[in-house]
Amino acid sequence: MNEFVYLYRGYEQPASPEEMQQKTAKWMTWLKDLSDKGHVKSLGDPLQPNGKVVKGAKKQVFDGPYLEAKDVVGGYSIIAARDMEQAVKFSLGCPIFEDGGSVEVRPIGPPELSDGY
Amino acid sequence: MDIEEHFFRHEFGRIVATLTRLFGVRNIELAEDVTQDAFCRAMETWKLRGLPKNPSAWLMVTARNRALDILRREHRAAASEPELTRFLESEWTLVPTVEEAFSAPAVNDSQLRMMFSCCHPGLAEEAQIALILRILCGFSVKEIAQAFVSSYAAVEKRITRAKKVLAESRKLFDLADADFPARLSAVLQALYLLFNEGYHGSSPEAAVRVELCEEAMRLMNLLIKRPALVTPQSYALAALMYLNAARLPTRLDGSGNLVSFVEQDRSVWNQHLIAEGQALLDLSASGTELTAYHIEAAIAAMHTSAARSEDTDWKQIVSLYDMLMAIQPSPVIALNRAIAIAQRDGPERGLQEIRAIHDLHRLSTYPFYPATLGELELRRGNYPLAKAHFATALSLARNATERKFLRRRMDTCKES
Repeated sequence: MNEFVYLYRGYEQPASPEEMQQKTAKWMTWLKDLSDKGHVKSLGDPLQPNGKVVKGAKKQVFDGPYLEAKDVVGGYSIIAARDMEQAVKFSLGCPIFEDGGSVEVRPIGPPELSDGY
Repeated sequence: MDIEEHFFRHEFGRIVATLTRLFGVRNIELAEDVTQDAFCRAMETWKLRGLPKNPSAWLMVTARNRALDILRREHRAAASEPELTRFLESEWTLVPTVEEAFSAPAVNDSQLRMMFSCCHPGLAEEAQIALILRILCGFSVKEIAQAFVSSYAAVEKRITRAKKVLAESRKLFDLADADFPARLSAVLQALYLLFNEGYHGSSPEAAVRVELCEEAMRLMNLLIKRPALVTPQSYALAALMYLNAARLPTRLDGSGNLVSFVEQDRSVWNQHLIAEGQALLDLSASGTELTAYHIEAAIAAMHTSAARSEDTDWKQIVSLYDMLMAIQPSPVIALNRAIAIAQRDGPERGLQEIRAIHDLHRLSTYPFYPATLGELELRRGNYPLAKAHFATALSLARNATERKFLRRRMDTCKES
């Protein structure tokens, strides 16, 4: 089993309490299902939208990330999967796609030797 | 663990009411924003980590901390309640005062105050109901528009205006106990209309309609728990809601078709609600005032107490309609009375009574007026005429469910 991080990016918040409830329930169901099958290493956490970006040789501190809404990472989870193909397959059930968001699937750890080494 | 049905919506109403108490009615939009913010946080956290042990407390604490921030930094306390304002402005008393506002009895009290505030005499009934649904029941503008078959823009405009009226009337949220009874009948009327919109309303979505009935009953239950507000009239309205709600599941069959009254399967009527409704009706029978709610509840009880449709005491129902016509005459009630007479004395007499309704023209767009004529002609064996009446009703039908029902009635005329 390898570990992958799902980065949840940019999605619209539902406007009404009822829609929020339905959405929350959908996410809970999706993650519970993956978790029951032993594929969730960590449920992860939400990330607050406000923050700072430190960059450059001068170590300047900027308010940010101030990306476009669709690019902001709103949270992450850590998934255990056989390979990238399976990790991608597991992400397909994520309710984020209904709201115009995306899941970035990234393997955790050093690049594998077989990838061209 | 699953989230309880409509949990978010109900908590929304509780928190907005509590925050409005603290911020003052002129800051109602701030109260809504803070509540919305607490819900966004809840959603972001819960969807990944699952539900906390006590979701309601989690939301309350989140909203409470945010309220404390705002009260400390922005000094936006309830200017309408001088005493409360003083407590909120001193760091010594701020925290206990805010905590007290979030205690269970205070939250219920705030919801009641909000209910009475929404029924401001300067607002039309439809604005009062829209406001109740938005603020106390946590419906979005879109959901209200859907429930009332209205446009989004119209509902939004109505709510914005209504909130403005509320915000300008500074004393509103600070109703003294003595002010409650004076506005009670407006509140009861709003809850009655809310319930009826669910029960008879024109929204094609059955689910929305059941929700409107449930919301009216939830608020009604809050109201009759408060001794100062428990009048025979309140009990009568509560009884009416319970007795009608008991029959709600049979108004539509499994495929979402309207079921005519005589064909309803009485075995699925909710016996628990019937018993509650009957007990409330007994409680309403005190005092000297006989209201329309009393009579409508008594009529509903006549139906729920008949084991089979042919056991219905139509004689008694006709005399109840006579009383209702005496205190609150309307063409729809006159039509229902005529239907009861037809049940008692046959279709000819029913048709006679309908012809005698003096403001019959007010029913010209009401689909159940020609539909009733159709039913009675059908019973007389006058099939072509019955079919023509159903066709008229079909042209007036307000939604797909009504159209389906009327088409089926037309087919019955063909088969006969």
